[in-house]
Amino acid sequence: MALPKHADRLERVWHYTYLVICTLIFLFLIAPILVVIPLSFNAEPYFTFTEKMLKFDPTGFSARWYDLLLTFGMQAPEVPRDSSWWSDTWNNAHWIQATKNSIIVGFFSTILATGLGTVAALGLSRPEMPGRRVIMAILISPMIVPIIITATGLFFFYSSVGIQNWGIPYLGVVLAHATLGIPFVIITVTATLVGFDHSLTRAAASLGANPARTFFKVQMPLILPGVISGGLFAFVTSFDEVVVVLFVGGLDEQTIPRQMWNGIREQISPAILSVATILVIISILLLATVELLRRRSERLRGVSPA
Amino acid sequence: MSETSASDEILTTADGKPLKEALAKAQFFAKRRAFILVLPLLAFILLTFVMPIGQMLHRSVKNEGFTVHTDVTTGVRTPIMTELSIWFDQNPSGTVPDEAAYTALRNDIGALDELRSAGSAGTRINYLRAGSRSLFTKAARKWDKMEAPYQDAFYDLDDEWADATLWAAMRQASSSYTFDFYLAAMDYTRDGDGSVTKVNENRQVYIKLFVRTLFLSLLITFMTFILAYPIAHLLATLPLRHSNILMILVLLPFWTSLLVRTTSWMVLLQSQGVVNDAMVGVGILADESRLQMMYNQTGTVIAMTHILLPFMVLPLYSVMRPINPSYVRAARSLGATSWTAFRRIYFPQTVPGIGAGALLVFILAVGYYITPALVGGADGQLISNLIAFHMQKSLNWSLAAALASLLLGGILLLYWLYDRLVGIDNLKLG
Repeated sequence: MALPKHADRLERVWHYTYLVICTLIFLFLIAPILVVIPLSFNAEPYFTFTEKMLKFDPTGFSARWYDLLLTFGMQAPEVPRDSSWWSDTWNNAHWIQATKNSIIVGFFSTILATGLGTVAALGLSRPEMPGRRVIMAILISPMIVPIIITATGLFFFYSSVGIQNWGIPYLGVVLAHATLGIPFVIITVTATLVGFDHSLTRAAASLGANPARTFFKVQMPLILPGVISGGLFAFVTSFDEVVVVLFVGGLDEQTIPRQMWNGIREQISPAILSVATILVIISILLLATVELLRRRSERLRGVSPA
Repeated sequence: MSETSASDEILTTADGKPLKEALAKAQFFAKRRAFILVLPLLAFILLTFVMPIGQMLHRSVKNEGFTVHTDVTTGVRTPIMTELSIWFDQNPSGTVPDEAAYTALRNDIGALDELRSAGSAGTRINYLRAGSRSLFTKAARKWDKMEAPYQDAFYDLDDEWADATLWAAMRQASSSYTFDFYLAAMDYTRDGDGSVTKVNENRQVYIKLFVRTLFLSLLITFMTFILAYPIAHLLATLPLRHSNILMILVLLPFWTSLLVRTTSWMVLLQSQGVVNDAMVGVGILADESRLQMMYNQTGTVIAMTHILLPFMVLPLYSVMRPINPSYVRAARSLGATSWTAFRRIYFPQTVPGIGAGALLVFILAVGYYITPALVGGADGQLISNLIAFHMQKSLNWSLAAALASLLLGGILLLYWLYDRLVGIDNLKLG
């Protein structure tokens, strides 16, 4: 957006004011996320920059809060760090347990959401799909309905069917997280299917491929980027979800967000900021992956970047 | 088709079937195939999402606290307060309770005591009339020492047993289905004679909270609009190479954990936090007059504006990107000032994006829970937080369900509007 040569003084002033305003808004967007990163290396248990940190004094910085993530909940954190210390960490540290739980729940709910969601998106993007609008509205609704209502409904439902007595760990949370992730899968996969050339599948069929083969050889490679980014969305949704876990999760089903939630409400320490930093780095990686996938998908489908 | 072919001749396919039928059949199969693909997911969502919410709606009108006792371990259901409910059936609303009523009450409380459920039955009455629970637990301890006439025995126990509002509440609760929780959720209650009235001024909390939720959501929607419009415009007018890089600044918050973003705001807004420290350090603020920006409405509004901003930027961007810049140039060349050109030419073209973004942000804001719970303090709480309170602390689940149903009704109305105006298909994620 270059300023034209004939712009008068007022326009020039406005143009630069406008750029400053935009910079400030971008700063508002990004600064709160980046500010936790240096603060997580604070040597003191404060949530602000200390004198030493501002002077870049190395003694003002420390990785003690990251260390606390490993030791918090261990049986014997003080012993020398040999293999038994590491196995103690692996088996007992609260944050490690929470990470394991989050990954298990995230993995299974993502598989469920992506599998069901992709197949449904294939059906939904067919022009002959009956009742498309209503069904789409129902399938997207978990994203729109407030999470507290979903959690309340699931709490009553799971206690009435007695899901905790079925003996499958994490089942309730996995089903709920799959439900919450499905709208994202539907949205991303249907977006890749927009402009999908249906004569390709017809060509495959006329050449003798059965529907399964057509799907795996023709459609799947084209929509795969969308499927993967939908899956990532679903995983992030589960990885970040706290309310449903609080309402329906068992006591031993501690996930990272739940542990953070407890940490924020009870004994807030900069250890939370080190978790936050790790999560920010993960989200940067995920964002980069999704961006690359989106470009790849556009290239594959021959859509020029719009 | 040539004009000469006879109009009554039926077109057929190669194997001799009428074309019309063959087409209809093929179309039916195509429809069925599409539907079968969607069916598993639809069934899944109906089972894990629609049904639980339906059950919750049901719970908002059904409460068996005063009619059925369910044993927690065995699941055995025993009807309770049976004699009293027969008396209620025989005598119309407003009848002054006679000796027969008190006899029924005494027998029923005896049965409650044997089931050890006087507390839960009392709690059900307590929802309708505060301070009633202890009457039931006290009567359950003393019922076997009572002697006829029971009316006087109850009066000896506590004068409140003569209170007409207590009897009205018991009459209400003696049927499992009730709209009382909706009345309570809208700050209404029932009198002794069963008529609906507003509750006391100082006990009216729910309407106030609904109004506050709407007001704060509107404020947040407006704030996101003010902040999103300039940057969406910038992103839409920059060359794609640059705007893609800047877009990352919008998408990164979108991908970052909600709890992380809320934590960041807690770190920034605390009275010993970064923003206050910076202002004291620069000298804008005296050390003793640090701003209280958290645990109040300010905290909720700031944090939620930040969190919901990408949902406004993305729809605005996707509407602004295809706007042809030559329209504005044409207006300028015809003598419009840049302000007029913006107001009359550019802005009207972005209205669909504003509508889509505003509706989406508003829908998401109205039901927000996590951020207000963490940074909202006492007066920054929204309706969702009260639902959670009734679910987890006060354990008045029917009231929680009634509040949730009201909220859900509002959200679905907005969702329907969004679908009509914008179309769910146009929802995009980055």
